Amino acid sequence: MQTKPLMLKILDVASIIVLAISTYLALVFAPTEAVMGDVQRVFYFHIGTAWVGLVGFVLAAGTGIAYLVTKDMKWDRLEVAAVEVSTIFFFITIVLGSIWARPAWNTWWTWDPRLTTAAVTELIYIAFFMLRQGIEDPERRARFGAVYAILGGLSAPITFMVIRLFRTIHPIVVGSGEGEKLPLTSDMRVAFFFALFAFTVIFVDLMWHRIRLGSLEEKVEQLKLKVSM
Amino acid sequence: METTPDTSNYMIAGYIFSFIVMGFYVFSIYLRSTNLKRDAETLESMDPDKDGKK
Repeated sequence: MQTKPLMLKILDVASIIVLAISTYLALVFAPTEAVMGDVQRVFYFHIGTAWVGLVGFVLAAGTGIAYLVTKDMKWDRLEVAAVEVSTIFFFITIVLGSIWARPAWNTWWTWDPRLTTAAVTELIYIAFFMLRQGIEDPERRARFGAVYAILGGLSAPITFMVIRLFRTIHPIVVGSGEGEKLPLTSDMRVAFFFALFAFTVIFVDLMWHRIRLGSLEEKVEQLKLKVSM
Repeated sequence: METTPDTSNYMIAGYIFSFIVMGFYVFSIYLRSTNLKRDAETLESMDPDKDGKK
Protein backbone atom coordinates (compact mmCIF):
# COMPACT_ATOMS: atom_id res chain seq x y z
CA MET A 1 0.00 0.00 0.00
CA GLN A 2 1.33 3.44 -0.90
CA THR A 3 2.07 5.84 1.91
CA LYS A 4 -0.47 8.59 2.46
CA PRO A 5 0.21 11.54 0.10
CA LEU A 6 1.15 14.86 1.70
CA MET A 7 -1.88 16.56 0.13
CA LEU A 8 -4.18 14.04 1.80
CA LYS A 9 -2.51 14.64 5.17
CA ILE A 10 -3.04 18.39 4.68
CA LEU A 11 -6.65 17.76 3.68
CA ASP A 12 -7.19 15.63 6.83
CA VAL A 13 -5.99 18.48 9.04
CA ALA A 14 -7.98 21.05 7.01
CA SER A 15 -11.13 18.93 7.41
CA ILE A 16 -10.81 18.85 11.19
CA ILE A 17 -10.18 22.61 11.30
CA VAL A 18 -13.12 23.56 9.03
CA LEU A 19 -15.43 21.19 10.91
CA ALA A 20 -14.43 22.85 14.21
CA ILE A 21 -14.93 26.35 12.75
CA SER A 22 -18.26 25.38 11.21
CA THR A 23 -19.46 23.97 14.55
CA TYR A 24 -18.40 27.17 16.30
CA LEU A 25 -20.18 29.35 13.74
CA ALA A 26 -23.35 27.26 13.98
CA LEU A 27 -23.48 26.93 17.76
CA VAL A 28 -21.97 30.20 18.98
CA PHE A 29 -21.56 32.80 16.24
CA ALA A 30 -24.97 32.53 14.54
CA PRO A 31 -27.82 34.18 16.47
CA THR A 32 -30.66 32.16 17.98
CA GLU A 33 -33.69 32.07 15.71
CA ALA A 34 -36.57 33.79 17.51
CA VAL A 35 -39.43 31.44 16.53
CA MET A 36 -37.75 28.00 16.60
CA GLY A 37 -35.03 28.60 19.17
CA ASP A 38 -31.74 26.67 19.26
CA VAL A 39 -32.98 23.72 17.20
CA GLN A 40 -32.68 25.95 14.11
CA ARG A 41 -28.89 25.60 14.51
CA VAL A 42 -29.04 22.04 13.19
CA PHE A 43 -30.00 23.66 9.90
CA TYR A 44 -26.33 24.50 9.13
CA PHE A 45 -25.23 20.87 9.26
CA HIS A 46 -28.51 19.75 7.70
CA ILE A 47 -27.89 21.87 4.59
CA GLY A 48 -24.13 21.17 4.52
CA THR A 49 -24.61 17.41 4.56
CA ALA A 50 -27.52 17.59 2.09
CA TRP A 51 -25.37 19.59 -0.32
CA VAL A 52 -22.51 17.09 -0.41
CA GLY A 53 -24.95 14.18 -0.36
CA LEU A 54 -26.80 15.29 -3.47
CA VAL A 55 -23.64 16.47 -5.26
CA GLY A 56 -22.07 13.07 -4.58
CA PHE A 57 -25.04 11.22 -6.08
CA VAL A 58 -24.83 13.35 -9.24
CA LEU A 59 -21.05 12.79 -9.31
CA ALA A 60 -21.64 9.03 -9.04
CA ALA A 61 -23.98 9.22 -12.05
CA GLY A 62 -21.26 11.08 -13.99
CA THR A 63 -18.63 8.50 -13.09
CA GLY A 64 -21.11 5.77 -14.05
CA ILE A 65 -21.28 7.26 -17.55
CA ALA A 66 -17.48 7.59 -17.63
CA TYR A 67 -17.11 3.90 -16.70
CA LEU A 68 -19.54 2.72 -19.39
CA VAL A 69 -17.67 4.76 -22.00
CA THR A 70 -14.08 3.89 -20.99
CA LYS A 71 -14.47 0.58 -19.03
CA ASP A 72 -11.73 1.89 -16.78
CA MET A 73 -12.10 0.56 -13.21
CA LYS A 74 -10.88 3.83 -11.71
CA TRP A 75 -14.34 5.29 -12.49
CA ASP A 76 -15.96 2.41 -10.62
CA ARG A 77 -13.83 3.13 -7.56
CA LEU A 78 -14.74 6.81 -7.77
CA GLU A 79 -18.42 5.95 -8.15
CA VAL A 80 -18.45 3.64 -5.12
CA ALA A 81 -16.62 6.26 -3.06
CA ALA A 82 -19.07 9.00 -4.08
CA VAL A 83 -22.12 6.85 -3.32
CA GLU A 84 -20.81 5.60 0.04
CA VAL A 85 -19.74 9.00 1.39
CA SER A 86 -22.92 10.66 0.08
CA THR A 87 -25.16 7.99 1.60
CA ILE A 88 -23.58 8.61 5.01
CA PHE A 89 -23.98 12.39 4.72
CA PHE A 90 -27.51 12.13 3.38
CA PHE A 91 -28.45 9.88 6.29
CA ILE A 92 -27.27 12.65 8.64
CA THR A 93 -29.36 15.15 6.62
CA ILE A 94 -32.54 13.09 7.03
CA VAL A 95 -32.08 12.48 10.76
CA LEU A 96 -31.22 16.15 11.42
CA GLY A 97 -34.33 17.15 9.48
CA SER A 98 -36.41 14.82 11.61
CA ILE A 99 -34.90 16.23 14.82
CA TRP A 100 -35.70 19.76 13.60
CA ALA A 101 -39.23 18.73 12.59
CA ARG A 102 -40.19 17.49 16.06
CA PRO A 103 -40.38 20.93 17.73
CA ALA A 104 -41.06 22.84 14.48
CA TRP A 105 -43.88 20.68 13.03
CA ASN A 106 -44.76 18.73 16.18
CA THR A 107 -43.90 15.44 14.48
CA TRP A 108 -40.74 13.43 13.80
CA TRP A 109 -41.84 12.56 10.28
CA THR A 110 -44.49 13.40 7.71
CA TRP A 111 -44.90 12.15 4.14
CA ASP A 112 -44.25 15.57 2.65
CA PRO A 113 -42.92 15.52 -0.97
CA ARG A 114 -39.40 16.58 0.10
CA LEU A 115 -39.17 14.09 2.97
CA THR A 116 -40.54 11.32 0.79
CA THR A 117 -38.13 11.91 -2.10
CA ALA A 118 -35.22 12.22 0.34
CA ALA A 119 -36.13 8.90 2.00
CA VAL A 120 -36.53 7.22 -1.41
CA THR A 121 -33.13 8.57 -2.52
CA GLU A 122 -31.44 7.21 0.61
CA LEU A 123 -33.08 3.80 0.19
CA ILE A 124 -32.02 3.68 -3.49
CA TYR A 125 -28.38 4.06 -2.48
CA ILE A 126 -28.55 1.65 0.45
CA ALA A 127 -29.90 -0.89 -2.05
CA PHE A 128 -26.98 -0.01 -4.37
CA PHE A 129 -24.51 -1.61 -1.96
CA MET A 130 -26.71 -4.59 -1.13
CA LEU A 131 -27.20 -5.41 -4.82
CA ARG A 132 -23.55 -4.79 -5.78
CA GLN A 133 -22.33 -7.17 -3.09
CA GLY A 134 -24.28 -9.99 -4.70
CA ILE A 135 -22.26 -9.83 -7.93
CA GLU A 136 -18.96 -11.75 -7.97
CA ASP A 137 -17.51 -10.75 -11.34
CA PRO A 138 -15.81 -7.32 -10.96
CA GLU A 139 -16.66 -6.17 -14.50
CA ARG A 140 -20.32 -7.16 -14.23
CA ARG A 141 -20.46 -5.53 -10.81
CA ALA A 142 -18.96 -2.32 -12.15
CA ARG A 143 -21.33 -2.29 -15.16
CA PHE A 144 -24.34 -2.87 -12.92
CA GLY A 145 -23.13 -0.16 -10.51
CA ALA A 146 -22.67 2.32 -13.34
CA VAL A 147 -26.17 1.80 -14.75
CA TYR A 148 -27.69 1.89 -11.25
CA ALA A 149 -25.80 5.08 -10.32
CA ILE A 150 -26.97 6.78 -13.54
CA LEU A 151 -30.62 5.88 -12.88
CA GLY A 152 -30.32 6.58 -9.14
CA GLY A 153 -28.68 9.92 -9.91
CA LEU A 154 -32.02 11.15 -11.24
CA SER A 155 -33.37 11.11 -7.69
CA ALA A 156 -30.93 13.85 -6.59
CA PRO A 157 -32.27 16.68 -8.83
CA ILE A 158 -35.83 15.48 -8.15
CA THR A 159 -35.22 15.75 -4.38
CA PHE A 160 -33.67 19.20 -4.82
CA MET A 161 -36.44 20.52 -7.07
CA VAL A 162 -39.48 18.97 -5.40
CA ILE A 163 -40.00 21.81 -2.89
CA ARG A 164 -39.88 24.28 -5.80
CA LEU A 165 -42.45 22.40 -7.88
CA PHE A 166 -44.99 21.04 -5.36
CA ARG A 167 -46.89 22.33 -2.39
CA THR A 168 -44.81 21.42 0.66
CA ILE A 169 -44.25 22.36 4.28
CA HIS A 170 -40.47 22.09 3.93
CA PRO A 171 -38.84 25.55 4.05
CA ILE A 172 -36.94 26.92 1.03
CA VAL A 173 -33.51 28.42 1.60
CA VAL A 174 -32.21 28.87 -1.95
CA GLY A 175 -34.39 30.03 -4.86
CA SER A 176 -38.16 30.40 -5.03
CA GLY A 177 -41.18 28.13 -4.71
CA GLU A 178 -44.49 27.64 -2.95
CA GLY A 179 -42.94 26.58 0.36
CA GLU A 180 -42.17 28.76 3.35
CA LYS A 181 -39.02 30.91 2.98
CA LEU A 182 -36.38 30.75 5.67
CA PRO A 183 -35.10 34.30 6.32
CA LEU A 184 -31.39 34.45 7.28
CA THR A 185 -29.57 37.30 9.00
CA SER A 186 -26.07 38.21 7.80
CA ASP A 187 -24.44 36.20 10.65
CA MET A 188 -26.62 33.21 9.80
CA ARG A 189 -25.48 33.51 6.19
CA VAL A 190 -21.84 33.37 7.28
CA ALA A 191 -22.50 30.14 9.23
CA PHE A 192 -24.57 28.78 6.34
CA PHE A 193 -22.00 29.38 3.58
CA PHE A 194 -19.13 28.25 5.77
CA ALA A 195 -20.97 24.98 6.51
CA LEU A 196 -21.33 24.42 2.74
CA PHE A 197 -17.60 25.03 2.31
CA ALA A 198 -16.63 22.88 5.33
CA PHE A 199 -18.68 19.89 4.23
CA THR A 200 -17.29 20.19 0.69
CA VAL A 201 -13.72 19.94 2.10
CA ILE A 202 -14.69 16.99 4.35
CA PHE A 203 -16.44 15.29 1.45
CA VAL A 204 -13.36 15.53 -0.79
CA ASP A 205 -11.17 14.23 2.05
CA LEU A 206 -13.39 11.23 2.77
CA MET A 207 -13.78 10.53 -0.96
CA TRP A 208 -10.02 10.40 -1.35
CA HIS A 209 -9.71 7.96 1.58
CA ARG A 210 -12.52 5.80 0.17
CA ILE A 211 -10.91 5.73 -3.30
CA ARG A 212 -7.63 4.53 -1.72
CA LEU A 213 -9.61 1.87 0.14
CA GLY A 214 -11.19 0.82 -3.17
CA SER A 215 -7.73 0.40 -4.73
CA LEU A 216 -6.70 -1.76 -1.80
CA GLU A 217 -9.87 -3.87 -2.12
CA GLU A 218 -9.08 -4.40 -5.80
CA LYS A 219 -5.49 -5.39 -5.02
CA VAL A 220 -6.65 -7.95 -2.42
CA GLU A 221 -9.25 -9.32 -4.84
CA GLN A 222 -6.56 -9.80 -7.53
CA LEU A 223 -4.16 -11.42 -5.07
CA LYS A 224 -6.89 -13.84 -3.95
CA LEU A 225 -7.49 -14.87 -7.55
CA LYS A 226 -3.76 -15.30 -8.18
CA VAL A 227 -3.18 -17.38 -5.05
CA SER A 228 -6.22 -19.60 -5.67
CA MET A 229 -5.09 -20.45 -9.22
CA MET B 1 -45.05 38.94 23.45
CA GLU B 2 -44.05 35.39 22.52
CA THR B 3 -40.88 33.99 24.06
CA THR B 4 -38.36 31.89 22.13
CA PRO B 5 -38.96 28.20 22.95
CA ASP B 6 -36.18 26.19 24.60
CA THR B 7 -35.32 23.64 21.93
CA SER B 8 -31.65 23.26 22.86
CA ASN B 9 -32.06 19.53 23.70
CA TYR B 10 -32.97 18.83 20.08
CA MET B 11 -29.99 20.87 18.89
CA ILE B 12 -27.61 18.97 21.18
CA ALA B 13 -29.08 15.63 20.04
CA GLY B 14 -28.64 16.66 16.39
CA TYR B 15 -24.99 17.63 16.76
CA ILE B 16 -24.10 14.59 18.89
CA PHE B 17 -25.74 12.36 16.29
CA SER B 18 -23.84 14.05 13.41
CA PHE B 19 -20.47 13.66 15.14
CA ILE B 20 -21.14 10.05 16.11
CA VAL B 21 -22.06 9.09 12.51
CA MET B 22 -19.08 10.92 11.01
CA GLY B 23 -16.74 9.44 13.64
CA PHE B 24 -18.14 5.98 13.06
CA TYR B 25 -17.60 6.32 9.30
CA VAL B 26 -14.00 7.54 9.67
CA PHE B 27 -13.32 4.63 12.04
CA SER B 28 -14.89 2.15 9.60
CA ILE B 29 -12.59 3.39 6.81
CA TYR B 30 -9.59 2.99 9.13
CA LEU B 31 -10.67 -0.50 10.23
CA ARG B 32 -11.37 -1.75 6.69
CA SER B 33 -8.07 -0.32 5.50
CA THR B 34 -6.12 -2.03 8.32
CA ASN B 35 -7.81 -5.38 7.64
CA LEU B 36 -7.19 -5.15 3.89
CA LYS B 37 -3.52 -4.28 4.40
CA ARG B 38 -3.15 -7.36 6.61
CA ASP B 39 -4.94 -9.51 4.01
CA ALA B 40 -2.70 -8.14 1.26
CA GLU B 41 0.44 -8.95 3.25
CA THR B 42 -0.75 -12.49 3.96
CA LEU B 43 -1.71 -13.10 0.33
CA GLU B 44 1.56 -11.66 -0.94
CA SER B 45 3.48 -14.07 1.30
CA MET B 46 1.43 -16.95 -0.22
CA ASP B 47 1.96 -15.72 -3.80
CA PRO B 48 3.94 -18.42 -5.74
CA ASP B 49 5.39 -15.77 -8.12
CA LYS B 50 6.99 -14.01 -5.19
CA ASP B 51 9.89 -16.51 -5.03
CA GLY B 52 10.18 -16.77 -8.78
CA LYS B 53 8.30 -20.11 -8.84
CA LYS B 54 5.63 -20.74 -11.46
